[in-house]
Amino acid sequence: MASHDAVGSMQGVITEESIWNGGRSPYAIGSKKLGMWLFILSDAITFSALLMAYSYVRVGSPLWPRPFAASSIANATVMTFVLLSSSVSMVLAVRAAKLGERSQTVKWILATMLGGVAFDVLHIREWLGLIAEGVRLFRNPWGTPLFGATFFGLTGLHMTHVTLGVIYLGIIAVGVHRSKFTSEDVEVSGLYWHFVDLVWMFIFPLVYLMSAKFA
Amino acid sequence: MITHQTGEHVQGKRIFIYVWCYLLALTLIEVVLAYQQLNLKTMLVILMGLSVIKATLIISYFMHLRYERLSLVVTLMPALIFVIGMMFAVFPDSLRLLQLGIR
Repeated sequence: MASHDAVGSMQGVITEESIWNGGRSPYAIGSKKLGMWLFILSDAITFSALLMAYSYVRVGSPLWPRPFAASSIANATVMTFVLLSSSVSMVLAVRAAKLGERSQTVKWILATMLGGVAFDVLHIREWLGLIAEGVRLFRNPWGTPLFGATFFGLTGLHMTHVTLGVIYLGIIAVGVHRSKFTSEDVEVSGLYWHFVDLVWMFIFPLVYLMSAKFA
Repeated sequence: MITHQTGEHVQGKRIFIYVWCYLLALTLIEVVLAYQQLNLKTMLVILMGLSVIKATLIISYFMHLRYERLSLVVTLMPALIFVIGMMFAVFPDSLRLLQLGIR
């Protein structure tokens, strides 16, 4: 804040231009976006720790089950396709938001949500199939007992993220429809959605492809 | 209220479709590779490599990091890579376990 004397000249140590007066965005992005990036970083480390723990046991166990027949791999590939496509629809939603096209934004967000729900449905179908075959957290009919814990733990946490993401996107869609949220809010939700897709890019090869049934 | 933020560059749709196609192609390559019955370690290295490429594409283009300030990239990426790199330190122990033949 500048201090003025009677003649109106500036005397203060801190001027109007000072960065300490606030109003500056570090990295030239808004604080919501920076907050989401930092959250994504921490969540990425969480998933990395889980993936690393899984990989450790997977590589170290000669009797790790290979339960995923071609139909399971096909299902997981379709799930990957669905999630990738939902990322594209999310990107198009952000683009529409930046262009100020409200109804298009809502449309693309709904498409993204649909992708997330489809992913969840396919995933739960697979879970039910594995559970019916006798896979539990700490035992399974085929090999190393930890298969269930690592599989359900990893994919379960991921599925939770997808589901919460669908709810989050629903809130954003409603808010955009009512003109309450800005394009920044859409972009921030987009970042979360792409992160969820990103994690799946690692889970798919490490969990499914590494345990594909060959026979 | 959705406002058009002036000065911000809005991309055309084409680049996103290209990235999507690359991601799908890389996915299909991974699936084909899975059925090649390679040695486990080789498979792991190749799959991780392809996944890192896919991750880079998603982070750069979908998450827009390619068009953000370099300072943001430098703040986020090296930390993540470092932490994940540190975790890799346990892998020799995993291979030791494998050689011990513990079921």
